[in-house]
Amino acid sequence: MNLPNSVTKIIQGLEDGTFSSQELTEAYLNRIDNLDPEINSFITVCHERALLDAKNADKSRSNGSASKLTGVPYANKDIFCTKGVRTTSGSKMLDTFISPYDATIVERLGSQGMVMLGKTNMDEFAMGSSNETSFYGQVNNPWNTNCVPGGSSGGSAAAVSAGFTPLATGSDTGGSIRQPAAFCGISGLKPTYGRVSRYGMIAFASSLDQAGPMGRSVEDLAHLLSPMAGYDPKDSTSSMVKTDDYSGNLEDALKGKTIGLPKEYFSTSLDRQVEGVIEEAIKEFEKLGANIVEISLPTTSLSIPAYYVISSAECSSNLSRYDGVRYGHRCELPIDIEDLYKRTRSEGFGEEVKRRLLTGTYVLSSGYYDAYYRKAQQIRRLIKDDFANAFTQVDAVISPTAPTTAFEAGKHLDNPIEMYLGDCFTVASNLAGLPALSIPAGFVSGMPVGLQLIGSYFQESKLLTLGHMFQKSTNWHQHFSRDDSKGAQ
Amino acid sequence: MPITEKEVREIAQLARISIADKDMSSYEDQLNKILAFVDEMKAIETEGIIPLAHPLEETQKLRNDKVSEKNQRESYQSVAPTTENGLYLVPQVIE
Repeated sequence: MNLPNSVTKIIQGLEDGTFSSQELTEAYLNRIDNLDPEINSFITVCHERALLDAKNADKSRSNGSASKLTGVPYANKDIFCTKGVRTTSGSKMLDTFISPYDATIVERLGSQGMVMLGKTNMDEFAMGSSNETSFYGQVNNPWNTNCVPGGSSGGSAAAVSAGFTPLATGSDTGGSIRQPAAFCGISGLKPTYGRVSRYGMIAFASSLDQAGPMGRSVEDLAHLLSPMAGYDPKDSTSSMVKTDDYSGNLEDALKGKTIGLPKEYFSTSLDRQVEGVIEEAIKEFEKLGANIVEISLPTTSLSIPAYYVISSAECSSNLSRYDGVRYGHRCELPIDIEDLYKRTRSEGFGEEVKRRLLTGTYVLSSGYYDAYYRKAQQIRRLIKDDFANAFTQVDAVISPTAPTTAFEAGKHLDNPIEMYLGDCFTVASNLAGLPALSIPAGFVSGMPVGLQLIGSYFQESKLLTLGHMFQKSTNWHQHFSRDDSKGAQ
Repeated sequence: MPITEKEVREIAQLARISIADKDMSSYEDQLNKILAFVDEMKAIETEGIIPLAHPLEETQKLRNDKVSEKNQRESYQSVAPTTENGLYLVPQVIE
């Protein structure tokens, strides 16, 4: 079968009976089997389970107990615990870990009748911006397989881009949904901190981590966000603010909406051609009736240093749980408890994870806490205040998602700082806890460019409307990296 | 002030990570680069600013002290490297 190119068409086809969920699921599984060896976007593919879920979905459709998303295939980033299916977080440490329970979002999407095709590749414990730190090998960008797909949700982004799945979940601690979405030419949303439950999502930096949807269009994102969002008593930081009808409010005139252009984001580190693409996109928003104003976010330049202190500190604390005792890797024949801890952790963690654990341990250690951790948290407040001030004048802030298009694999591996600097436009919204959307805005030398829109707290609906109206008048989101008609048989 | 190899060893001990001698200079070099980079934070005066630990500054929610989960020891221990009689096994800690 020819795969439908949007979730709306999939829902329509399942409702009309044009195809069954079993036919659809089989087509996506075939495509993964035939084409993913070149991309490596999946760590685990769940052939049998997916076909069984699809069969059950078709049954619910025929007996009238289906919901809108029943039978729609999707993939989970391998950071989300899935009962009975291996969950690795891209690490040797969890190579054989089979979770005894489902993450809340996995449970929620499953109860909608959605069909999980498999678990996608990612940077180890979500630490990375290129998907090169995965224990399961790097992921290749479907637009140019010599380039990285971005990270850490690089597997999810590449899989959606290549048409291996219509939707995927991701997680975003400093840009890990938005930057790979930009590099692979798809749409991705990091919701407000606390909008989506973190229960069962393997922790990296708990005050920054947030799960979100990835798909080809904003309309597709809205379909997936609706069941993901909402209060979860199992996550103590989950918000009780009520959710919106994300799919129902996509159409709205942009006349009267004000979009802020932060002057600090258009600095020397930004690739000139990427800047050109963003300028064209800004003109498009003006044509749609939006009012563009220049704003200032003065603490911007300190967001990366503050982010690396806070995220490393939190990860050094979170990852202390990997000690070889309760689950995960354990070294052979430990001679004493110290040996058990040290060898287990040295064997189980990759280099980038160790680097961050050491950084985090240092900034939290006695005598350095005030100079690093406390200082970073003070800067975090200034960054939040900058945005609060901006949102008194504007509905959203616009910027590129990343300063360049996807770079070649291996380019930044020896220089972690260079890699960190690529997150300059994305980390601030994690520090402030704000929702942010990345959508395709054009191409530079055949590689996609992402546009970022940051909104105020719990304004996901407003961001999705801005993105959807842009996609209604442009077709950048309809450029696909792989022909949808191939490899599904 | 750059950190020394001795300090890197101390941090690694705190983090319970062992670093092979051949990798030591590379870790020392990269940690120093990262710390020099985050030192850019010193460029801004933050005296008197209250640190922000949580983006929404919400207080932790309390729930009634009622048992809501059933005991799942067997299922949770099924993924453990070694257990015996419902206990996790580790090398002897107390002589």
